Formats: sequence, structure tokens, C-alpha cells
Amino acid sequence: MKLREIAKLLNATVCIGENRLDEEVEHAFASDLMSDVLTLKDTPMLITGLCNVQTIRTCDMATLDIIIVVRNKKVTEDMLELAEDNGMVILSCAYSMFKVCGMLYEAGIKPLF
Amino acid sequence: MHQEYTVVEGDFVNAGKASSSVKKTLKQLNVDPTKIKRVVVALYEAEVNAIAHAYGGKVLVDIDSDKIKMVVADKGPGIPDIALAMQEGYSTARPEVRDMGFGAGMGLPNMQKNVDKLNVTSEVGVGTTVEMEVNF
Repeated sequence: MKLREIAKLLNATVCIGENRLDEEVEHAFASDLMSDVLTLKDTPMLITGLCNVQTIRTCDMATLDIIIVVRNKKVTEDMLELAEDNGMVILSCAYSMFKVCGMLYEAGIKPLF
Repeated sequence: MHQEYTVVEGDFVNAGKASSSVKKTLKQLNVDPTKIKRVVVALYEAEVNAIAHAYGGKVLVDIDSDKIKMVVADKGPGIPDIALAMQEGYSTARPEVRDMGFGAGMGLPNMQKNVDKLNVTSEVGVGTTVEMEVNF
């Protein structure tokens, strides 16, 4: 599924990474626990309610570069700066984590485990 | 190649700066990306621990052609029972640490899983030193 389609489906704002919206995404992982994200061997799209600079750093360390922030959490300037340095995509939407996971699963995005 | 970084107590905004810098260096040295990931994940967890639990410390990194050695040495309360701290799920983290997405008792186990050699030494009331090595 293309990121552009994901953004449309979730009625999401593209905070950064407009240039990558034609990329395809196959897998997603949802967590607010960054230590859990750090255990991943693969590099799925991350769905999270944790919205601070550690979200971006964790993704940098775990080599994840597509993030969906749920519940309209404010993506701060320092997050955007760090995300830009690392060429990441951040989408922000109003829906809950449960709803986002359900919608994306239904649309064909696969889980890792 | 030797690098040193300072870790400041409670400075969560800068947690991961040392790991991020090491990542850039290893990329420039064309180290295998899967090894880079193991190195930076372990170092990042150690950095977060030093910031979360201690009163500051140092990160010392030595990169050779065949391996990287990392030492995270903090001044802090120390760990009374290292075996217990190594258990997945055991945590003494404050709510502030959990708000940053950590503190679930996965730090030391995550380090163990990603490095080839891990040595944790600690003295209560003095501090903790975590030594890690990853072979390239």
C-alpha cells in the first residue's frame, strides 16, 4: 500500500516526508514502548502514541523511518528536525492506535509476528 | 579510534546523541549495517539507563578494524542485585522514564542480546559500569 493511500485512509497530516508518499509499505508494528521497538530485526512502519524526541531517536537506532503518530499528538520542531536529518516520514492522525491498527490491517498491511 | 561523550542526569532530550554519533562513524567506516544496528541499539539502551538511573556519566567508545568496545560508566546509586536487573521485566524506573517510552525492564536484556560481550559491574552508592563489545 502506498504511503499516500495510507495518509488518505487515516485522514492523516503529512508532517514530514512528502517526497516519499509514493513508497509502498507492507508491514507495521504498533507500540508505545521504545525498548520493544529496539528489539525488532525488521524495519516496519511504526504506529505509536509516544510522541517525543525519543520516538525519533529510537527509530533512528532501529533503522525505522516511517512513523504514524496517533491521537493528534503534537509533533514538535525538534522531532521534525531530527526526522528530517534522517529522511523520515511522519504522519499524524486523530484516530486511536486501536482504530489505526484495525484500518490498516483491513487494508492489507501485515503484522511482523 | 577513540570517542568520548558525557551523559547528563535526567537529560532525556539528548539521550541517544552518543549512539547517533557512533552510528554515523560506523556508517562512514562501511561497517555491516546489521552490526551497526546491534551496536547502536545496545549503546542507546545503556545511554538511556545512565540518564534515567544515575547522576551522569561517560560513554567511551573504541573502534578497531575488527570490533567496537563501548564503556558506559555512571556515577549513581549502583545496582544492588545485577542478576535481578538482568531479568526481563524487572525495572526500578521512575514514571518520567516510562513517559519517554522506556522503563519496562528491557534495557539490560536488550544489550545482552545485541552484543558479543557484556560485563556489568556496580558498587552501591558509587556507580555502574557497563562494558560491551561487538565483533565486526
